[in-house]
Amino acid sequence: MENKILKKVDYIFQETSVSEVIDIIIKTLAKSPDDIILDVIDSGLKGRGGAGFPTGLKWKFTKNEDNPVKYVICNADEGEPGTFKDREILETVACKVLGGMTICGYSIGAKEGYIYLRGEYNYLLPQLNKVIDEFNKQLKSKGIDFVIFIKSGSGAYICGEESALFESMEGKRGEPRNKPPYPAVSGYNSKPTVINNVETLVYVTMICKMGVERFKALGTKDSRGSKVFSVSGDTPTPGIFELELGMPLADFVEDFGDGDTKAVQVGGASGHCVPRKQLKDTIIGFEGIPTGGSMMIFNSSRSMYNVLHDYLEFFNEESCGQCTPCRVGCQQLLKGIESVKKGERKPLYLDELKKLASTMKIAAKCGLGQSVANPFNSIVDNFREEIIY
Amino acid sequence: MSNIETLVKDLVEKHGKSRNSLMPVLQGIVKEERFLSEESMIMVAKELDLSAAEVYGTASFYTFLDTEPRGKNIVRICKTISCHMKGKDEIIEALESSMKIKVGETSHDKKFTLLTANCLGWCHKGPVMLVNDVVFPEITPQKAIEVIQDYAKNSK
Repeated sequence: MENKILKKVDYIFQETSVSEVIDIIIKTLAKSPDDIILDVIDSGLKGRGGAGFPTGLKWKFTKNEDNPVKYVICNADEGEPGTFKDREILETVACKVLGGMTICGYSIGAKEGYIYLRGEYNYLLPQLNKVIDEFNKQLKSKGIDFVIFIKSGSGAYICGEESALFESMEGKRGEPRNKPPYPAVSGYNSKPTVINNVETLVYVTMICKMGVERFKALGTKDSRGSKVFSVSGDTPTPGIFELELGMPLADFVEDFGDGDTKAVQVGGASGHCVPRKQLKDTIIGFEGIPTGGSMMIFNSSRSMYNVLHDYLEFFNEESCGQCTPCRVGCQQLLKGIESVKKGERKPLYLDELKKLASTMKIAAKCGLGQSVANPFNSIVDNFREEIIY
Repeated sequence: MSNIETLVKDLVEKHGKSRNSLMPVLQGIVKEERFLSEESMIMVAKELDLSAAEVYGTASFYTFLDTEPRGKNIVRICKTISCHMKGKDEIIEALESSMKIKVGETSHDKKFTLLTANCLGWCHKGPVMLVNDVVFPEITPQKAIEVIQDYAKNSK
């Protein structure tokens, strides 16, 4: 394994004006769509929302669909607890997001792009609309056939799931669809659609600006480049930091912890809880623990029962209720740990709950229900005594 | 035409008469009225040529599309883990005692509804409060009460 150390970088938040982004687009659009897609594939860029699907492949599958109407969607429904990077990106460098969308649109043959912004971020709308208007105007004046619109959510975590997001944009309940078909074949309005995270689209712009090689020089074989991390919890330096991928979690805690770190929740409520003894052997990246960027640090004063209880309450409320494994599973996991804590159930009941969580992983319809097992099993395994006593 | 009828007609005209406009239309009503009354949902159904059940189905799915009467200002306190660790309970207690309502309730003068919310995306600057569309990060119990008093003064 390559030995990486923690390194701060500054690509995402590098100041860039609308006209500079337009210049990057014009330079990039001199290439053929296929060449751009090959570049994105070659860069090794993987989705920065957390799931980590190779961005270039997503584009290629969508381009291969024979349909006159296609869409590019920027997923700005940032609802994962502990994640706040997309808000900052849209607040400070929105034009780079729009740049990534335009380049994607050209590459796959789409004429329209949408940003789906979570309702909790509505205060960003006036400023964003201004940037989008100016951007659309400049695209038009340069003869680039692509228009960007914005749509708002209304407070539903599940709409960050891509197919639930399409449903919401179509005016329906945000309930995930069955897959396949995947968005590349049938997404928004049942048309071929590329849906990328805010941060992924900024990296597209940066890769087109600085070249594939410079992006590839960072990170590891499985996790190319850098990533924006949202750091919160028991840390003297909470905030947003862009770091090279592939670092050991121990290095991260060395830099950001308060000296008394007990555990780190990597990837938000739906991610994994890593206890102190595993910090050294855990790599932050797709070969280790992938993350949408949420890093919540807990010190020894925190009760991991409370942490897990908070997460389960969250999932219980945000489960869309469509499929039984998730709807009933979330409820029973929450009730289960409460009854073990109160002594109404034997500690061994936790093992049955773990089986339930693992069943949800296979049986739930979408990522929400499937990922509840991540925090549940990792917290119960590592902090069993805190759940029981 | 009643106020709500004009509002719905204007919104449908602005966003277009298609199923895809349902969310922006409902959001537009909530922005003005703070909630979706039965009357308004039936009106939207008629205008967009949908069944009222479908409109209600969509409306009832989303936290921010309330279907019961709300106050003029909606106060939401983030209750997710980082804000929990930073003391959201103290904020809620302070607001409950100063507004004389519990979470989920609306004040007698209909000026405020107090609610909790799941992660609002300010984990590094918790606890955080959202009043309508305005965000207040790193709030203290004292500051929260002051903000509410300002809103009380400015809304008749």
